[in-house]
Amino acid sequence: MEKKKLLEMYRMMLLIRRFEERTAQMYGMQKIGGFCHLYIGQEAVGVGAVSALRPGDQFISAYRDHGHILAMGGEPNAVMAELFGKATGVSRGKGGSMHLFDVEKGYYGGHGIVAGQVPVATGMAFAAKYRKEDKVILCSMGEGTVHQGAFHESLNLAKLWRLPVIYMIENNRYGMGTPLERASAVWDLSEKACSYDMARATVDGMDVLAVHDVVAEAIVRATRDGEPTLIEARTYRFRGHSMSDPVHSHYRTKEEVEEQKRQDPILIFQQKLIDDKILTPEKVKEYEDEIKKIVLDAVDFAEKSPLPALEELYTEIYS
Amino acid sequence: MPELTFREALNQAMAEEMERDPNVFLMGEEVGYYQGAYKVSQGLLEKFGPQRVIDTPIAELGFAGLGVGAAQVGLRPIIEFMTWNFSLLALDQIVNNAAKLRYMSGGQIKMPIVFRGANGSAHQLGAQHSQSLEAWLCHIPGLIVMAPSVPADGKGMLKAAIRDDNPVAFFESEVAYGYKGEVPEGEHIVPIGVGDIKRPGKDVTLIAWSKMIHVALEAANILAGEGIEAEVVDPRTLRPLDEQLLISSVEKTNRCVIVEEGWPYAGVGAEIAYRITLNAFDHLDAPVVRITSEDVPMPYAANLEHAVVPSAQKVAAAAKKVLYI
Repeated sequence: MEKKKLLEMYRMMLLIRRFEERTAQMYGMQKIGGFCHLYIGQEAVGVGAVSALRPGDQFISAYRDHGHILAMGGEPNAVMAELFGKATGVSRGKGGSMHLFDVEKGYYGGHGIVAGQVPVATGMAFAAKYRKEDKVILCSMGEGTVHQGAFHESLNLAKLWRLPVIYMIENNRYGMGTPLERASAVWDLSEKACSYDMARATVDGMDVLAVHDVVAEAIVRATRDGEPTLIEARTYRFRGHSMSDPVHSHYRTKEEVEEQKRQDPILIFQQKLIDDKILTPEKVKEYEDEIKKIVLDAVDFAEKSPLPALEELYTEIYS
Repeated sequence: MPELTFREALNQAMAEEMERDPNVFLMGEEVGYYQGAYKVSQGLLEKFGPQRVIDTPIAELGFAGLGVGAAQVGLRPIIEFMTWNFSLLALDQIVNNAAKLRYMSGGQIKMPIVFRGANGSAHQLGAQHSQSLEAWLCHIPGLIVMAPSVPADGKGMLKAAIRDDNPVAFFESEVAYGYKGEVPEGEHIVPIGVGDIKRPGKDVTLIAWSKMIHVALEAANILAGEGIEAEVVDPRTLRPLDEQLLISSVEKTNRCVIVEEGWPYAGVGAEIAYRITLNAFDHLDAPVVRITSEDVPMPYAANLEHAVVPSAQKVAAAAKKVLYI
């Protein structure tokens, strides 16, 4: 992979991390309301997958979506403004943390019902095939999704009709407070593809390049062979399920979280780039400074932006 | 004007719109090779091919959601539920996605999709296959809800629904598919949100839609035999409601009976009665009365089933009640 692209991936992971650390702070200051699910720890999955997409490919995901929209090129200012519930937000203040959208950039949102986006992704892939477009749809979901009927109905349809879709499970081990082993009859989630004779892969979700490669292969499979793929990316969230959930409580120990943090995907990638002489500690500092400014500017932009006008209540319900 | 059955009129609407716009496709259980469980899609597979007339597995949630995804990127799906009873499995996609994606994306998404299928009771199908569910969807902002009563409306309303950029829940009556009526050929559009007076009268307003229009018309005949002229008003679209048409009629007759096949609790008729009471209170000479199905799951026995649904006799009696006769 080109050096420039590697550095872009690193920078994006760092941007997402710093953006969300500031998001947590703003949540604590009650600038942000509602449910707010941080992506911290999982950055390699979103960035690795999106970096494999081609222009025109589309992405749809669930409610842990801040990192996804940023990876798709969403403006940090408009994303932060949305979290603040401002008129300048990506969804004009009507979506919030769980419903970030940037259709122009190919990002079809932030979906709040577990598995709700999976049939929708399948339909976007159906449309691509219907119109004979060279397009792939990436659909991200948490591991809790695989127990929903919508997931299984979608996989069957995608394989039956050979749709260009990539289902990517971001397995962070916990559906809210329920560990996988208490929710799933199987440990290896890519096995879910077997019922549908679908191509499958398991990847280390802490390794951004591995995620990139497995998604790139799935894109080839979708475009060349007209075959969907189910990917399980094994990752971990370093924060609670949402901002109202402590980092560790009854469902996992502090020791476990600390142990997992040693697998920080950003530090792993940073070290690799330094070892490969692509990145230097000085350059890291430059990125940190640049990103700090971007994030602070985003907060400033969100802070100064107007609230949506009350007249907006009744707009955009119908076309 | 040619006389067509309801199913032929709906078929014609779909065929014409599919002819007109290559983005329109039909998807559902048995819509293709089987020619439709109620033969509404008869001949469409032969005309448009399996790319556009698509048989699905029995997976309402999956294919309804697939329709949502296809619609949000510009196709115009017609999603057929064999009956609306089975749509309950797909409600998450209709309520949480089709109805809300435009709003919660701040207007970035359009949702040109039609969910259609058979609604209401038929003959001794039992509790799970005999229900009128339009009230459920009328509750949801972001949806349009339509329920035609005669073949011509069926064609004109379905064409309007397919052309609209919003999600439309389109309720057909299972027993009315065989009803016949004159249907205009070619371009015939009944705009969304426009009701119709099915029988003019001056003494009492009977508001009904879908199959219940025919019950109301029969009641009007009974009443006519007693010298009472009932006006039968069909809102046709239930959301948004042609409120002015309903209110104007009540302002003229001063009395109103609402006939609804659904259950009474939180029914569409409850909302209509509220709006009439609010807007035409000074014109009313009696409280608005509703005739609905009985508040029970549908029993199987023929005599019990008959006792559940609104009948012309019940409606005529209600009309006389509001006339204090």
